[in-house]
Amino acid sequence: MASTTAPTARRRRRLAPQARREAIAGYLFIAPWLVGFLVFTAGAMAFSLWLAFGRYNLARNDITFIGTANFEGLLTDPKVATSLGNTLFYAILAVPLEIVVALGLALLLSRVGRGAGVFRTIFYLPKMTPAVATAALFFLLLNGNSGAVNRALRAIGIEGPQWLVDPAWVKPSIVLMSLWAVSGTMIIFLAALRNVPRELYEAASLDGAGSGRMFFQITMPMISGAIFFNVIVLTIAAFQVFDSAYLLFWRDNANSSPEASLFYAIYLFQKAFRQFDLGFAAAMAWVIFVIIMLITLVQVRVGNRYVYYESEN
Amino acid sequence: MATVDPGLVAPAVPPVRTSQEPARRRAPGARSRVGRAVVWVCLLLITALFLYPLVWLVTASLKTRGQVFDNSLLPSPVMWENWLTVWEELPLLNWLWTSFAIAVLASVAVAVSSSVVAFGFAYFRFPGRGALFGLVLATMMLPGAVTMIPVYLIWKELGFLGTWVPLWGANLFGSAFYIFLQRQFFLGLPRELFEAARIDGAGYVSLFTRIAMPLAIPSFVIVLLFEFQASWNNLQGSLIYLNAGSVESFNAPLGIAYAMTKYSPTAGGHGDYQYVMAASLIVTLPMLILFAFGQRYFIEGIATTGRKG
Repeated sequence: MASTTAPTARRRRRLAPQARREAIAGYLFIAPWLVGFLVFTAGAMAFSLWLAFGRYNLARNDITFIGTANFEGLLTDPKVATSLGNTLFYAILAVPLEIVVALGLALLLSRVGRGAGVFRTIFYLPKMTPAVATAALFFLLLNGNSGAVNRALRAIGIEGPQWLVDPAWVKPSIVLMSLWAVSGTMIIFLAALRNVPRELYEAASLDGAGSGRMFFQITMPMISGAIFFNVIVLTIAAFQVFDSAYLLFWRDNANSSPEASLFYAIYLFQKAFRQFDLGFAAAMAWVIFVIIMLITLVQVRVGNRYVYYESEN
Repeated sequence: MATVDPGLVAPAVPPVRTSQEPARRRAPGARSRVGRAVVWVCLLLITALFLYPLVWLVTASLKTRGQVFDNSLLPSPVMWENWLTVWEELPLLNWLWTSFAIAVLASVAVAVSSSVVAFGFAYFRFPGRGALFGLVLATMMLPGAVTMIPVYLIWKELGFLGTWVPLWGANLFGSAFYIFLQRQFFLGLPRELFEAARIDGAGYVSLFTRIAMPLAIPSFVIVLLFEFQASWNNLQGSLIYLNAGSVESFNAPLGIAYAMTKYSPTAGGHGDYQYVMAASLIVTLPMLILFAFGQRYFIEGIATTGRKG
C-alpha cells in the first residue's frame, strides 16, 4: 500500500497549485467528450458485445443470455455469407476504381493553371447532391429499357445491360454512383500533388526522364501517403455501403430485390430494425468490425513498407 | 471574412491553393501545345460526363410523364407547373423544415462542443492528455455499425424515440473529426497570446471565448458546413428514428425514398417520375446554396482533415 501511494504523493506534490488548476480546467474542457465517449462509444461497445451473446425481447425489452448462439446463427444463415461476399466484391471493385479515377482527375486538374478552380467546383457538385437525390436520379438514368444511359448507348449501337435488374450489373451500378461523387478523394490527391516540390521534376527532366518515368519515380512516391490514407478510408467506407443500395433495392422490404444488392450493412439493418433481432445484429456488427480492423491492419503493415514519409519523427 | 491561414490549420496535409503560383503553372507533361490540348479535351469531356446527370435532373423535373426518361435536355413542353404541383402532391415543406431544423441543431451542437473539447486538448497541460487524444483519434476508425444498436437502446431507455433528439443529441459531446480539426487550429495560435491575457487576469473560460474562438471562426464554419451536410444526408439515422411517424413527420431523405415508392408503377403509382425528380431537385438545392457560399471552406476542410463528407 505504502509503495503505491508514495509515487502518487510525489507526483501530486510536483504539480504546483498553478499546474493543478490548469489540469483541472483541462479535464473540465474535455469533459463533454469524455462523457460522450464513456456512454456512446465505450459503454455502447461493451453493451453491444454483451448483446451479441444474448437474445433481445422487444415486448419485454430485456435481454436473455444465450451464449454463442448468435454467432452460430451467423454461420448457418446463408444471407450473412451472401451479404458479406457482396460487400467484399463491392469493396474490391469500388476502392481501386475510386483511387484511379480520383487520382486521374487530380492529375488532370493539376495540369491546368487558371481553370482548375472551375473544374474543381463542377467535380464537387455531385458530392453535394444528397444520397437520396443521387439514388432517385440514377434510378431513372440506369433504367434498363428506357433509361438515358442505355438510350445513349443504343445511339452508338451498343445494347446496354439491365443495370438495376441483372445481378451481374447491380454492383457496378452502385460503383458508378460512388465514382460520380468521388471528388472528396480527388481533393486530397490534389492537395498532395500540389505539395510535390517542383525542383524534383526539373532535376529529373534535366536528366532526361520522360513524363511516365517522372510519374512513377517522383509523383507516386511523393503522394504515396495520400494514396495510403485514401485506400484505408475508402475501404472502411466500402464495407459499410448502405445508402444507394438501400434506396434502390430495399426501401420497400420487397422480396423481388436482386440478392446481388444485399450488402452486409443492409442485412444488418434489416435484422436490427425490421426484425428487431438485436442480438443477431450485434453479433453481425462485431464480425464486420473485426474484419475491418484486420483489413486495416494488413493495409497499414503493407503501407508502411511502401509509403514515403517526408519527415520521419 | 478572413480566410483560414493554411499555416495555422494544416501542418500535416498541405492546403489547396485557390490561386496558382506562376512557377507552378507549367507542370511537367503539359509543356507542349499538343499535350496541353489533350489535357483540356479530356477535362472538358469528363466535365460533361460529371455535369450531365445534374443537368438531366433539372430538365427531367420539367418534362411530362411520357418524356421523363428520354435524353432530351430541352423539354417540350416545359412543364413549369411540375415544380408547383410537387408541393401539393408531397408534404415537401414539412420534410425540408424537419431536415433543416435537425441540421441546425446537429451542426451548432457539434461545432460548439467540439471546439470546447479541442481547446481543452490544445491549450491545457494535464496528465493523460496524449493518451486521451489518441483515444479521440481511434474513435474515428470505428465503424458506426458497432454502436448503432446500443445507442438506439440508450435513446429508447431515455424515452427519446419518436423525437428528433437521437438525430442530434449525441453531437453535444463533440465528434472526433471536428475535435481534431479545431485542435489543429488552436495549436497554431501563439501561446504568448494566451499568456498575455492570463497576466491581464483573464480566466480560462475567457481565454476560450474571447481569444481562441473569435480567431477560430473560419474552422468553426468548416465544422458547421460539414455537419449540416452530413445531417441533411443522414439516411440510416432517419430510417431508425423518424420512419415510424406519419409521412408529414418525415425529413428530406425519408421523403424522397417515400416519393420513389409512391410514384412507382409496381407500388400502384402512375410512374410520375417527373415529380420525384422535382422533389429531388428541391432537396438538393439547399446543399448547392450551401456550397455556393461555403465552397472554400468545404475544399479546405477536406484537404486538411482528409474527411470524406
